[in-house]
Order: sequence, then C-alpha cells, then structure tokens
Amino acid sequence: MSISIHDVEHVAKLARLDLTDAEKETFTEQLNAILRYAEQLNALDTENVEPTTHVIPVANVMRDDEARPSLPIDRVMLNAPDEEDGQFKVPAVLE
Amino acid sequence: MSLLNQSLQQVHNGLVNKDYSVAELVEQSLNRIRDVDGKVRAFLSVHEQEALAAARKLDGVLAEGGERGLLFGLPAGIKDNMATDGFPTTCASKFLENYTAVYDATVVRKLKDAQAVMVGKLNMDEFAMGGSNENSGFHPTFNPWNLDFVPGGSSGGSAASVAAGEVYFSLGSDTGGSIRQPAAYCGVVGLKPTYGLVSRFGLVAFASSLDQIGPITKNVEDAAYVLQAIAGHDPMDSTSAQVDIPDYLSSLTGDVSGLRIAVPSEYLGEGVDPAVKAAVREALSVLEGMGAVWEEVSLPHTEYAVAAYYLLASSEASSNLARYDGVRYGVRTANADNLLEMYTRSRSEGFGPEVKRRIMLGTYALSSGYYDAYYLKAQKVRTLIKQDFDRVFDNYDVIIGPTAPTPAFRIGSQVEDPLTMYLNDILTIPVSLAGVPAISVPCGMADGLPIGLQIIGKALDEATVLRVAHAYEQHTDHHTRRPSL
Amino acid sequence: MTTTSQRYETVIGLEVHVELHTKSKIFCGCATSFGAPPNTNTCPICLGHPGVLPVLNRQAVEYAMKAAMALNCTINTETKFDRKNYFYPDSPKAYQISQYDKPIGEHGWIEIEVNGETKRIGITRLHLEEDAGKLTHVDGGYASLVDFNRVGTPLIEIVSEPDLRSPEEARAYLEKLRAIMQYCDVSDVKMEEGSLRCDANISLRPFGQQEFGTKAELKNMNSFRGVQKGLEYEEIRQADVLDSGEKVVQETRRWDDAQGRTLSMRSKEEAHDYRYFPDPDLVRVQIEEDWMNRVRASIPELPDARKARYVSVLGLPSYDAEVLTSSKELADFFEDSLQHTSDAKAVSNWIMGDLLRYLNENNLEMSAIQTTGQALGEMISLIEKGTISGKIAKTVFKEMLETGKAPAQIVEEKGLVQISDEGAIRGIVEQIVANNPQSVEDYRAGKEKAVGFLVGQVMKETKGKANPGLVNKLIVETLNR
Repeated sequence: MSISIHDVEHVAKLARLDLTDAEKETFTEQLNAILRYAEQLNALDTENVEPTTHVIPVANVMRDDEARPSLPIDRVMLNAPDEEDGQFKVPAVLE
Repeated sequence: MSLLNQSLQQVHNGLVNKDYSVAELVEQSLNRIRDVDGKVRAFLSVHEQEALAAARKLDGVLAEGGERGLLFGLPAGIKDNMATDGFPTTCASKFLENYTAVYDATVVRKLKDAQAVMVGKLNMDEFAMGGSNENSGFHPTFNPWNLDFVPGGSSGGSAASVAAGEVYFSLGSDTGGSIRQPAAYCGVVGLKPTYGLVSRFGLVAFASSLDQIGPITKNVEDAAYVLQAIAGHDPMDSTSAQVDIPDYLSSLTGDVSGLRIAVPSEYLGEGVDPAVKAAVREALSVLEGMGAVWEEVSLPHTEYAVAAYYLLASSEASSNLARYDGVRYGVRTANADNLLEMYTRSRSEGFGPEVKRRIMLGTYALSSGYYDAYYLKAQKVRTLIKQDFDRVFDNYDVIIGPTAPTPAFRIGSQVEDPLTMYLNDILTIPVSLAGVPAISVPCGMADGLPIGLQIIGKALDEATVLRVAHAYEQHTDHHTRRPSL
Repeated sequence: MTTTSQRYETVIGLEVHVELHTKSKIFCGCATSFGAPPNTNTCPICLGHPGVLPVLNRQAVEYAMKAAMALNCTINTETKFDRKNYFYPDSPKAYQISQYDKPIGEHGWIEIEVNGETKRIGITRLHLEEDAGKLTHVDGGYASLVDFNRVGTPLIEIVSEPDLRSPEEARAYLEKLRAIMQYCDVSDVKMEEGSLRCDANISLRPFGQQEFGTKAELKNMNSFRGVQKGLEYEEIRQADVLDSGEKVVQETRRWDDAQGRTLSMRSKEEAHDYRYFPDPDLVRVQIEEDWMNRVRASIPELPDARKARYVSVLGLPSYDAEVLTSSKELADFFEDSLQHTSDAKAVSNWIMGDLLRYLNENNLEMSAIQTTGQALGEMISLIEKGTISGKIAKTVFKEMLETGKAPAQIVEEKGLVQISDEGAIRGIVEQIVANNPQSVEDYRAGKEKAVGFLVGQVMKETKGKANPGLVNKLIVETLNR
C-alpha cells in the first residue's frame, strides 16, 4: 500500500488539520516510509493470535451511581477562549 | 555539597534535627535552577512563591511536631503533562500555552500527601512524542553532561533537572521509553512501573494503553521511596491495578545471589554501540560477581516491536488529541470565520510537526478499510511480544540489556529522519508493549556521556527490579557521578 | 394520495435514543438533573480536560441490561466500549464512548398492535453510550453557545429492523417502546425534554420487490405526532419522486413541524469515517449469569402481560386493555382504583372517557393531575352505594382532577349527596305532577315520554340530587293512582 497526496489530504480533513502544500508533500513521503517499515508485520502469521487491548486482564471496573459536586462555573469557564452567559461560544457550524 | 545530593534519610534527619529548614532546602533548589537552568532549560515554569509557601507550611508542621510524609520537604519537578491544579499544564505544546489545570492528577495529589514540594513543571517533547526534547513547542532542553547533546525524551526535562541537581527528584512518563531513555542519556535512575501500577488519572494521554508515570531520581533508593508514594489503586483510573503495594524499601537487600538473569541476544545485536555493549557486559560481570547467573535468551519478536508500537501509539494518540479543538480551552486561532476553520487552524497552529505526523499516521491507521491491516494487526503482534516476555520470565527473574543502543546524540542530528529517531527506542518499546516494569541505571560513560543499563522485571514485580538495580548500584559508583555545569 | 399505498410498499426502521435516569453521569459523578443553569453540571471529566479518565457507572449498565431484556434481546455476556471519533462542538473529547461490535443486547423484538392486528417488530441491537451537549444558535446564526450539562448522560440506542410498513406502525412501535421503558423504570421517556429521541430510515419499493429502495434518514421529529407526520410526508414525497421517474437521493432530512414538511439537511457530502476502536481507558464488562438473573428479576410485569391479564382476569375488552396499558401511569392508576371497587369495566369507562378527555382538552400529562386511582375507586363505590348518582359523579370527578380533594369531601362540601328518602321525593313528585296537568293527560293518552319530562322536572327541582330510579318509580306510581 502506498499513500498519495490525495490520501494525505483526506486524512488531514478527518483529523481537522490544515496542512500547507509543503507539509502535505513531506507527510506523504514520511508516512509512506513509516508504513513501508510497518509492512514487515505482514511477515508474521497472526491468524490465531488474540489482540491485546489491555496488558493487565481486568474486567468489570465500575463505580456506584452517586452524584458528586460539579466544578464551580468560574472554574469551568477559566480556560474558555470565548464565552457568553456561562456558555462556550464557537463560530457557527456552517459558513 | 548540595543538600540535594544527600541521601533521602540524611535530608530527613537534617530537617528533623533543624540543621536546616524545608524553606532552605527549597531555596537551594530554586537557587540552583536560577544558576543553571539558563543553560539546561529543563523547566517550562518555576513556581517560586508557591513552592516557598508550601515549604514554610511544612516547616510549621515540623515545628509543631506533626506527622511527616514519606517525601517530606523534598523539592520535586513534575513533567508538564501531569495536571497541577491552578498551574500551567502545557505538555510543551503551543496549543496549551495558556492552559491552567483545574484539577490535580492523582500522582500530584499523592506527592502532596507525601509532603513533597513542587517547584516547577518540566520540559518534554510535545505531548510526550519524541525522544530528544527537540519536539518541545517552546525550547529544547540540553544534556547537562554536554550541552550540545540532547537529554533524551520525552521526559528530557525530568531527567536533566535531576542530573543538573535542580530538584531532588522528578516525575516522568513513559509510553515507549520516555522515562528510561532520558534517564540513560542523563546518567540518572528512571523507573517505568508496570502498566497500571501508578494511576494515569491526570496524566495527559498520549497512548492510553501504554502510558505510565514513574520516578526519575539520582539513585535506586530514592526511586523506591518515590514509587512507594505514588503507586497504588485509583478508583479514578479503570485500568489501575487492584493490588496491594509491597514495601519497596525493604526489598533493597543488596542480595542477588542465585538471581537468574536473561540477556536477550537481540538487545546486544547490530546497531548497538560497542561502548554500550561493553558497559552492559561489564555490569553483568559485576552481578555475576555477586552471585547472580546470566544466560543469553531470545525475544524473537523484538524486531517487530517498533512498527507495532508506532501504529498502536499513533492510533490512540490521534483520538486522544482530538479534544484539542479550541472550544473549551487552549489557544484558539484568531483567523476563523466558521467552525471548520476554527478547528483546522487552531490545531494546525497549535501542534508541532511530530504531533501532526503521528495524528496523521494514527488517523490513517484507524480509518475505514485499514483498521484490520494496521491497528488490529499491531495489537496481535503486541500479544506475540508479550508472550516472548512471558516465556522468558518462566525461567528467569529479570531481563537485562542496554536502555538505548547509543549514548545521547547531538542536537539536530536526527530531526530530519523520524524513522531513525523512532529506532532509538527499539530496546525500550518491547517492554512497554509487554507492560512490564523496567529501570534504567547508570552503568558507564562513553565520550563523556552516560550509558544506561536496563533491568526488566515481571509484571508487578517492581520489588525485584529495584533490588537488583540497588545491589548493582552498591557495587559501582556510576550513579555518583555528576555533570559539571 | 391513497394511491401511494397501493403502488409502493413503505419500509421504515427506527433508531431510538433513550436517556437513562441514573443519578450521576455515565463516566463521572456529575448530576444528570434536567434544567440546571448551563455548564453547572460539569467537571474536568465530562468537559474532556487533558488527562481525565472515564469510570463506568454500574447503574447505567444495569438499566441498559434491563431495557435489553424487556425488549427480548439476547444479552452479550462479554461487552465493551469503543470510541466513535468525530468533531463537533457538543462532543468535548471529539469522540463519543459508545459500543461498536459488542452491544449489550442484540436480536430482540416487541409486538405492536395496529388496526386490531398484532405484529412482531425485530430489534437489531441495543447499546449503551454517552449523550452529547447542547448548542444554541446566537448572533443571527453566526455563532453558537455550548452547554455541556447533558454531556455524559447515559443513553441507550435501540435500532429496529426495517420491519415497519407504515407511519402508523412506526408510531405504535415508538409508543410501545416508550411504555416498556416506562414500565422498566429506566427512563423518564419524555420526548419534549429529549429523554426519548427518534430518527427514522424510510424508503419505498414497488410491491413484490425484494431489495429495499433508497432510504432517507429523518431527524428532528420531537413528538409522537411529529414522527407520524414526518413519515407520512416523506412517504408521499418519495412516491412523487419515484412516480416522476426520478431517483430518491440518499440523504438526511429534517422534519420541520411548523412548515409540515421535510427538508434536506444538505450537509457537505463528507463521508463519515468514525474510526471506531476499543477505548483503552475502559475495561471489558463481563455479564455473569447471576448478575443477569438479578437484573431480570427486577423487571416488572410489562405492558403485553398486563394487557393479557386485564382481558383474561378482569374481563375487559381488548381495546380497553390496550389503552389502559399504553402507559404505566395509566395502568397503575387503573389498578389502584380496583382497591375500592370490583367493577373494572366501570373504572375503565371513567378513565377512557372522562379522564383521557380531561387530559386531552387541557393538554396535560398524567403526572399533572391531582387525583389518584384510589380516589377514583372510592368515587365509583359511592355510585355503587347510591350515595351519588352517575350524573353527579361527573361533577365530582372533575373537581377531583382539579383539586385533588377526596370524593366524599367534595360530596359533603357541595351537598351533593343523593336524595333517596322516599317521603322527601314523593312530596316533590306530587307537586310537579300537580303543576303539569298536560303531562298527566299525555301519559294517560299513552304518551310514555311524558314520564321522562316529569323526571327531568323533579331532577331540576332537586338540583340533580334525587335518586333518578326512585323518582321514576314514584312518578309512575303517582300517575297510575
């Protein structure tokens, strides 16, 4: 498999990154090199191997349904880039 | 001699006997930072007033004869990817340049409980992605042994600050070697505990299934103290191990007779610097001299570890870093007319090239049609790598090898080639994938730069790792060397 | 428009989201209360601050299990959580924790009744996930405000098979689903508060065709009526498109209730790629046999079972039983009444008549009425004992609904006790008969209707309080004397 500039543009869109033309070219080249390197994994037969999601086999970690105090509103908004009436303000979804 | 160079017990006695106050101890740390950090640049922020206030409070405790915590009064530095309530927590990213944490990470709370004093937040590769600190969004950190060389990474600031004597100890985080490799490069002790031993709550996620916090110290005994203070189950972290924490200090017996050591042939193969190999062999003979036995073994899937790691870690990172969208915190672009522009420009202006590269790789690896070929495949290879370790640990107590293939490299020498940079982690990554504990201890010098010995243990057997490292340390003096700054 | 249903078969599948009414959110300890000031029910975890981790709320899992069991789903003994990655300002982590390939429940079904026929509707899956925040548009649409209070409220998503064949069936399915959730007590299921939400996939195909037509996804239907209206509109729209020889475009459409039509949402044709992968911050959930049994034991009698019991044990007509069990509040109200009367049909008549009419006319929910089932039962027993007449009872019941006062108290305060004293009534009857010689003549001439007139006069005189049976008897006696 090899990645084209078009793929890089598509992935950048998914990842919400705005890449310059130079970045697109560099990333195409570098991602191809990394993925070529990753192709060596295909040499391993993993047909009957279970994937590892967690190294420690734990299950059923749950908490009781108890409400705890929330963060005071001034702390909620402490880092807000833009706010209005105790809410986070963002540009409209569409243009 | 700096108080920061004394043993923990000595410092403690000095405080209790009123030879000096906590404030004086913290002053010494702050003075040292003032003196040398212009050169080392280990810190992203120093919190002088708050540190002194905390010190004076502890002096009050001392005066009243109150109970003293395990790390009483010790000036500590914290990697800037751990949330510190009311203080900046930037992950060395421009995106979080103005971010103030609104809660404490569990480890930070535990350090407060143990009465350590946080003096500042430490530099790192942006979002812990990198092995040289050159990926910091603000400035590189320099190796205290030679300022033309990298301190390693991603916990470069954590390792350099301890090596430079700026703090008594520091906390780092390790995803694929980010505690051990900089510890090796800076000639200090760095411990990556078993995945899940130390809570990840408040550790800004890079790769959630691999991230783990650990201590960076001048010697193994200090590492045992700090680990004692930060280890343990945390109900806030679902992946936190539900085990009783042993007394690590009491495991430091100095006795390794009969210890069975495995030395993977893959860890002393091609690409490992001859000076590094020699130092490791020398260390093995020291241990042999103390009654341990060692044999060469094979971890046959070692060569696949780096590829599997970069797919897994980048995939998780691409999702973990999606929250940096400029809605609730962080630096929002000034140039956005609509939501999509706000997202893409804020992220593109805020993230550095390595972070973008890994987000791109991870997004691609998870995207429709490629999940099985990349992410799932890598998870299966992870199983094979873990099985390599399981098999060896059926017959051996510890695995020993170098921490990194070479000593620190020159600043700027590898930035153009991400793949070569990734291969520096070839000896630490398999351990991270297996989730087992490992420590790096100084074991020699090459051209004025330290070399690290990696001691790897069974899952949750930090006690043995610490015992072996400590016994080795008792018979050598590598850990006593300090860079002159 | 009737031709539509003759030419094409309608195929509908519903995706229903139900908010579970846990005390705290699914992955943090913030309260889930509705209507708090913006962003006051939030914390670093649900705001997606750097470094936070989720811990699963056990109650949310149990509610989801309970709901899945009530919908006849198979419970997966091993289930897990996955990340669904997408950017939107109401999603703080830019991924939603959801379930991808191992949902809590699968392969379920429920039965609906439409036009007297029972039909089984398949349920593909039921999974547990977290809710998103809320956006409000401001500055003339140039900006939005985000409130994260709702983020992290536990949700179950229930996906039906494409088994529904008409908007009416869709509505019946949704109402049945709501009733079951209500009976299980896992949710408030209020569409107007958003604790029950419904999206629909709808397509048409010529009768007899096997494969499905191109579907449209319908959103923003905020009431049961809206669901039916939206689907009805879409049915006709798609038929018109097909009739004109064009193709239905696969798209998302929004139901505009005010305009009474569906509108294309025309989002940029960016294909969704959610990049699902197992959430490494959460561990798998194993549902052991005894846990399953415990949850199963907590499920009360469900609507279908209650309905069957009302018919077989209480002898109610099937239609009555269907209406009474359509909501748990109504069915409970009905059963409470039976503590004071054994006349189930009488209770049913009062509920289906006066009670439902009152709710309809005043646009009220059951929860808004003042009276109780017990009180209705007491009132009916007053009728049975002859204390009040059925006619007076209507006045009494209205008063009960509005004030919540006990029927006996209302009867007492308003002096509505029925006059059954023969002597008292006889006096009035004799007076009325004497005052209406024409009616007496009519009666004697064989006009039986005259009796009714005279009874009416007596009731008027006694303000409706005279026992009507007694009045009738005494008038006939007097006339025949």
